[in-house]
Amino acid sequence: MPEQKKGGFFSDLFAPVGGFGVTFATMFRKLETEEYPEEKRPTQPRFHGRHQLNRHPDGLEKCVGCELCAWACPADAILVEGADNTDDARFSPGERYGRVYQINYLRCIFCGLCIEACPTRALTMTNFYELADNNRGDLIFTKEQLLAPLQEGMLTPPHPMVDGMEERDYYQGKVSKATPEQERWVSEHQAEPEDGLAWTGDPVEGVDTLAGGRQATRDTDKAVKR
Amino acid sequence: MGIEEKLPAGFLLTTVEQVAGYMRKSSVWPATFGLACCAIEMMAVGTPDYDIARFGMERFSATPRQADLMIVAGRVSQKMAPVVRQVYDQMPEPKWVISMGVCASSGGMFNNYAIVQGVDHIIPVDVYLPGCPPRPEMLLNAILTLHEQIQGSKLGVNRVAAARAAEEAAMRATPTHQMTGLLAEGAGSLRVAAGQQAPHDHTVSHAGSHHHHGGVA
Repeated sequence: MPEQKKGGFFSDLFAPVGGFGVTFATMFRKLETEEYPEEKRPTQPRFHGRHQLNRHPDGLEKCVGCELCAWACPADAILVEGADNTDDARFSPGERYGRVYQINYLRCIFCGLCIEACPTRALTMTNFYELADNNRGDLIFTKEQLLAPLQEGMLTPPHPMVDGMEERDYYQGKVSKATPEQERWVSEHQAEPEDGLAWTGDPVEGVDTLAGGRQATRDTDKAVKR
Repeated sequence: MGIEEKLPAGFLLTTVEQVAGYMRKSSVWPATFGLACCAIEMMAVGTPDYDIARFGMERFSATPRQADLMIVAGRVSQKMAPVVRQVYDQMPEPKWVISMGVCASSGGMFNNYAIVQGVDHIIPVDVYLPGCPPRPEMLLNAILTLHEQIQGSKLGVNRVAAARAAEEAAMRATPTHQMTGLLAEGAGSLRVAAGQQAPHDHTVSHAGSHHHHGGVA
């Protein structure tokens, strides 16, 4: 066994505290940790986050209630129920709209097959990911939560299509914003003032099934956990 | 558990609750309980890049007896279920559970005979975290959500009162089998409107699809 190399007087003296040098030097190194709640590192632009139901430029919904997203979903997380648009209550251009739209985020695996399936580009994904909650009921997102907020020049549905336009014109980009006729219709027919929230009433005989149904979904899990 | 549970309600107990909540939330030690792919993201949370130690979770405890938090990361198979329960039972009170990822939370895309459809069938869950798997930030977000819960938790008599209030609320809530979801409403809404029936009244005659809960997909 070779004899251990003998250090000098000073190296022997500082050997016990030599480790602190590493600690001290670390204080001047660049911090690699993401300081999550304070500073969020942006996701990749195409990160699969929470869904969003888009709108046409005049505020009408793009969803036509075809349920292709629900059929494409491998986890069976999406519930869609279409209904007919009427002249009194038109939510999307064309015949049908999605009356009920729910995504169960405790089933959704964010694979994006629903986005691929959507024929009208109504369903897209955002980069939002902070979804944790303390019960299962609140993680079923309903249509009001998923709908995109109203942008400049948009009106809350229901309201008629732009005068002289038909469904195809919406997809050809001929509609740029709500017209004065639509604004007049909205002010005449919608009692509640616009507050950026979607109209939650039901066109069927004034029964508020949308709101009522959502409550039925919610009530249970709210109360107790264990 | 200790002397704090014996205190009478009032100013003193509320203060102790605040302090205890702060202490508890700042030193939650997770148990290593990776069951599947979510465990990889859970491990990533332990790396210096995300650094779970910033929240007082200095290390993942290899024994449940020294752990406060169970992060159920991954799908729970039927065969694993008793093990999950046993590990949970071995953890000392107070203890919390995060159900990480959709498989642990609800079965996710594995809606089949092999997978428990939500770990809350076996153990009480405090925070449900969606994602498949959730990114590390999502887990940190769930942990922060849990911290809020721990900070607001009650002790002693207040805890008993809270439990009683929760139980009463549960008794009042509509049972799942009586809930009318939107799916059932689709056929029934016209008749409900005509009959002016309350939606939760199950004496309505159109009970065909009435009892299904349309919300849960």
